Amino acid sequence: MNWKTFFAMLARDAHVARRNAIQLLMQTFLQPLLFVFIFGKVMVGSGYMPQAYKSLLLPGIIAISMVFTGVWAVAMPLIAEFQWTREIEDRLLAPIDVQWLAVEKVIAGMLQALVAGLVVLPLAWLVLGRGVQISIGTPWTFALMILLVAGFSACGGLALGCSIDQQHIGLMFSMVMTPMIFFGCTYYPWSALKPFPILQKIVLINPLVYASEGLRATLVPQFQHLSLTAVLIALLFFDVLLLVVGLRRFEKKAVS
Amino acid sequence: MAVGVRTQDLRKVYNSAPPLGAAGGFIARADAKGGKQPKTQIPALDGLSLEVHPGEIFGLLGPNGAGKSTTVGVLTTRVRPTSGQAWIGEHDVWKEQARVKLLIGVVPQRPNLDFSLTAREILVFHAAYFGIASKLRNERADALLEKFKLTERAHQMVRGFSGGMMQRLSIARAMMHDPQVLFLDEPSAGLDPQTRILLWEIIREYHQAGKTVLLTTHNMEEADALCERLAIIDHGHVIAVGTPGQLKASIPGGFVLRLRFGNQTAELLERLKLLAGVREVRASDGAGADVYADRGGSLIPEIANLASAAGAELSDVHILEPSLENLFLHHTGRSLRD
Repeated sequence: MNWKTFFAMLARDAHVARRNAIQLLMQTFLQPLLFVFIFGKVMVGSGYMPQAYKSLLLPGIIAISMVFTGVWAVAMPLIAEFQWTREIEDRLLAPIDVQWLAVEKVIAGMLQALVAGLVVLPLAWLVLGRGVQISIGTPWTFALMILLVAGFSACGGLALGCSIDQQHIGLMFSMVMTPMIFFGCTYYPWSALKPFPILQKIVLINPLVYASEGLRATLVPQFQHLSLTAVLIALLFFDVLLLVVGLRRFEKKAVS
Repeated sequence: MAVGVRTQDLRKVYNSAPPLGAAGGFIARADAKGGKQPKTQIPALDGLSLEVHPGEIFGLLGPNGAGKSTTVGVLTTRVRPTSGQAWIGEHDVWKEQARVKLLIGVVPQRPNLDFSLTAREILVFHAAYFGIASKLRNERADALLEKFKLTERAHQMVRGFSGGMMQRLSIARAMMHDPQVLFLDEPSAGLDPQTRILLWEIIREYHQAGKTVLLTTHNMEEADALCERLAIIDHGHVIAVGTPGQLKASIPGGFVLRLRFGNQTAELLERLKLLAGVREVRASDGAGADVYADRGGSLIPEIANLASAAGAELSDVHILEPSLENLFLHHTGRSLRD
């Protein structure tokens, strides 16, 4: 294992992310923050939503921001760099096994997702104003949770980025990301789906459900949520599954 | 110490269209939406064996789709061979990829520069991937930018660069880690004559430093001027290997006269063979013939006389001077440009 090469590739991604920081910030935070403003501020302020909704919404918003950032940070550059410009070639020719480049991309995506989660938390809190009741009761569980969420987003980005062509990016967002977000228990808790028993079972194949419910369990445990153990196991399962699928697809793309 | 390159009986069959740059232009593709119909099997390499000696400039010459880029792809770890083996020095390319990648520098057919970085950053990061210390990689980057006349554009993003500038930067990048073997896939395609001469100078200089250079080209002039030895390849295998001089000497006569007649008879071809200086006559498609001879234009009046005597009007004549092109024609019956 050639760590110098690995860290140089990570440094390259950090350098590029720094260069595009403003664009990345806008792209990641604008939509969730607008959502927070309308639903958490306007709807609650005008009495259409109960005050408690503020606290319920926050973990979901963190989950969306992290997952979007992770997927975007890994998938988009991969899709572009594997296209006909083959920009990625200089790193495929670096003296390291090609899978390590995919692992590096996952680590870079995880770091960006973590930054996104840790930035959107205080921002959204600020927008929501008073009345948010958040507690990080067990910091280690919270740390493990956001690490697994970041991992799932970055591994998902790897799998998607190596499966989709440039002309299908729009399709990826409308067919994969949008349903995933709306059925991801981000804006409502999983228990709210009780009146729709079939749907409630089906959404369990959506990894975002575990991300939202897991963050809810660690940040706002006063609300009903999925069992923490089940969430951790499910997230670990999706992390590993998406990583394995992603690595396999990456290798197929990398070597003809 | 200089490092050689070897391949043994390489075969590569693509199940889908080969990647760009390794694609011939004329292959029928299976329609991706065609449901269950079997995929097209496209053989790109068909038992290709080569030996490039340490420290030489070696050329792969052949038409589009002959397998040149696929050969380079296999040797640079980018294409998995269907069967056969390849070595850089003592290292098996497929089994010791990371080790092999340390030894080689690659200039692709089409620039694949990192569009997220500036010209200088491309060089510096490339060296960093190869574990070169910060001070040294900065010095080398500046020296190479100077050498390739890119200093003024060093801090610009490469997206707006012209094709020639991208090509120069690609070569500079391949040299950043001072590889033992430099691969250049069609290095002068699309370059203006001035840049091409600069490129040739740089390749020669690199070779003088004891490095091995393997380049692909379909440009005779380039192969002739630059390469110490050449392999002519077609349909994925080697048809001839040697120095440009040896290869040219192997063509009967040296000159080729490509003739077309109104109508052609076997008797006419027999008579052409008897003309002084004619070494070989080959009927080409329809009403034509390729005459290999040791003189060119001076044969034309005699050929015209023979043709009119046989009632076969001579309608077109093309004289090819002794060149590698003729060699290709001689081995394959096709022109390199076909």
